[in-house]
Amino acid sequence: MQTDVLKKVPVREQDAKVRAANFEEVCLGYDKEEAMCEAGRCINCKNAQCVKGCPVAINIPGFIEKVKDGDIEAAYQIISESSALPAVCGRVCPQESQCEGKCIRGIKGEPISIGKLERFVADWARENGIRPAGAQEKKGKKVAVIGSGPSGLTCAGDLAKMGYDVTIFEALHEPGGVLVYGIPEFRLPKKDVVAKEIENVESLGVRIETNVVIGKSVTIDELLTEEGFSAVFIGSGAGLPKFMGIPGEQANGVFSANEYLTRSNLMKAFDEESNTPIMRGRKVVVVGGGNVAMDAARTALRLGAEVHIVYRRSEEELPARVEEVHHAKEEGIIFDLLTNPTEILEDENGWVCGIRCVRMELGEPDASGRRRPVVIEGSEFTMDADTVIMSLGTSPNPLISSTTEGLEVNKYQCIVADEESGRTTKEGVYAGGDAVTGAATVILAMGAGKAAARGIDGYLSR
Amino acid sequence: MYKILKAEELATNIYLMNVEAPRVAKSCQPGQFVIVRTDADGERIPLTICDYDREKGTITIVVQVVGAATEMMCRLKTGDSFHDFVGPLGRPSEFVSEDMESLKKKKILFVAGGLGTAPVYPQVKWLHERGIGADVIIGAKTKELLIMEEEMKAVAGNLYVTTDDGSYGRSGMVTKVIDDLISQEGKSYDMCVAIGPMIMMKFVCLTTKKYDLPTIVSMNPIMVDGTGMCGACRLTVDGEVKFACVDGPEFDGHKVDFDQAMKRQQLYKTKEGRAFLKAKEGSTHHGGCGNCGGND
Repeated sequence: MQTDVLKKVPVREQDAKVRAANFEEVCLGYDKEEAMCEAGRCINCKNAQCVKGCPVAINIPGFIEKVKDGDIEAAYQIISESSALPAVCGRVCPQESQCEGKCIRGIKGEPISIGKLERFVADWARENGIRPAGAQEKKGKKVAVIGSGPSGLTCAGDLAKMGYDVTIFEALHEPGGVLVYGIPEFRLPKKDVVAKEIENVESLGVRIETNVVIGKSVTIDELLTEEGFSAVFIGSGAGLPKFMGIPGEQANGVFSANEYLTRSNLMKAFDEESNTPIMRGRKVVVVGGGNVAMDAARTALRLGAEVHIVYRRSEEELPARVEEVHHAKEEGIIFDLLTNPTEILEDENGWVCGIRCVRMELGEPDASGRRRPVVIEGSEFTMDADTVIMSLGTSPNPLISSTTEGLEVNKYQCIVADEESGRTTKEGVYAGGDAVTGAATVILAMGAGKAAARGIDGYLSR
Repeated sequence: MYKILKAEELATNIYLMNVEAPRVAKSCQPGQFVIVRTDADGERIPLTICDYDREKGTITIVVQVVGAATEMMCRLKTGDSFHDFVGPLGRPSEFVSEDMESLKKKKILFVAGGLGTAPVYPQVKWLHERGIGADVIIGAKTKELLIMEEEMKAVAGNLYVTTDDGSYGRSGMVTKVIDDLISQEGKSYDMCVAIGPMIMMKFVCLTTKKYDLPTIVSMNPIMVDGTGMCGACRLTVDGEVKFACVDGPEFDGHKVDFDQAMKRQQLYKTKEGRAFLKAKEGSTHHGGCGNCGGND
């Protein structure tokens, strides 16, 4: 295989027209030959910038070196030292702003395709039955982890590798958190990728108890005093969906992105055989411009709808990853930018029949540094729609903070935790991920889970 | 897996089940609910807790067949297991945390409609165990659909049973009994708790409003996760959007927008009804009936 060293080895993808009608994975990943070839572009910097860009500090040049040599198992063990979920991260991390964003190769030409290499290594390990190495010695102490999303799985995996006896409590009936209910099948296959990564964490000795809502079924104080846990990590995620507060939002056919995606991803409503229904609209409007909005829009498209993304700023400000926006466009999602809904119209039976919007223009920069969208007077118009999906972010769920004495939250109701150690204001209790930061990314949550595992180890080793 | 220690048919298509769920049994309070899944592909179905035994670690639920998912659930027998059983969810009834002295002075009227008798029971029982005898009205469409009369009699102050068709007890709707008790039989109450179909709760609230009788209702809208994540269960209370799963399920009935809540409840009802009909009729059902969601 010959390559231009300035360019990434291209990755195979499902054709846009074909994939717009199925839930199979969009990106097909590298094979071994392609991966070794791409690895060959790495110049193995001594002072590797990519590692600094990685929230869990994977030894990137180290694993790429092994890929270059064709020793994929060794590459996997190097990644596993730092990441519990490489097959997930290789797929959903925003590499362009992290490891690949710092890659020296990227100064002149394209950066190394680190994410695709990570994915290849993890997939290869799974297909060949390679598992991460577990703890040598047990510490004889129990740690409870609340939530089995990215931060919880990472924290639990790291603590288990250190020798702690870890139990994860999950509120839903299936472990995985946002990896299972939030990110769609076509970006992150559930059975083949997510379930296998969770099995790897379990193979380290981590126990997962589903159907336990901390704060309801049992409180943190009870875990610490009655159930013999020496420390607790809270990785309970972001929580309650936001709505706009405009008229018509309670009409039938208006959903939060959380509900729409949970029905499709966790409850498998996209499958005709599923017992859980989902409304298959003909014309769907998704309000918002983040990754979750892209996921909801591309799900609706696959369920057969014409899909519009309505976003109040311009393309430049779209918070979604460039790759997601690109994929959405390729598949035929229509972007109505600089547009903001003012009212959802309902028919006489209370079902959505349209959406009133105004056109916006960008004014002076606001507190976030982005140019503030301003309404253009007299620009009101109506779009046809039978389904509206609100993807405006979430606010923290008070279930845990309201039932745990001494756990401080900030003015946004996020749990206050030290960034370095995850330590909260309550002794023995640590926290990380969206419960602390508000909605962010999988890898940032993993970084926080990792930091908290170190923090908990420090606390329990005193 | 959550083992069913007892399953029995209380009335046509209404089943009582005793389920092993120690964590739920240890921490639940009257007013709270659980979410149940029959098998690995099942829908998540919210059900209000009907009774609990902390020592045995069991929860009692009562289910009525209204669609495909509840029909599948009701096929389970003693010795079978539920795949998932999570809770307790929602907030406990407000009176649970009220000052005992002031609570003891209150005259409370419970109004239970149909299946609503089940979630009313643990509340009346809780009060009974603390020496408070609350009056209870149970309404059923007809004698055959009346459930838990004996159990309720054992814990209620006065029990008034009425059937819509007059086949048992008093005759007429629960609202008529409320009117009769207050305006004809010299009863007075400080608080009312009404649980049943939304349409019943709406009319109970219209009735109690006439008497300025504060009324609590238990809402059971469409839900998915039941922990505040999806917002499917949102409803408008006093002009504000609330999530039944984390802010409720009990609300001030005089402030609930019932008409909106009833419209929202229809959303998947029709589709679930279709799934049910499809299962029943096989290849002869072509959907499009649009309104076979069963009675709520």
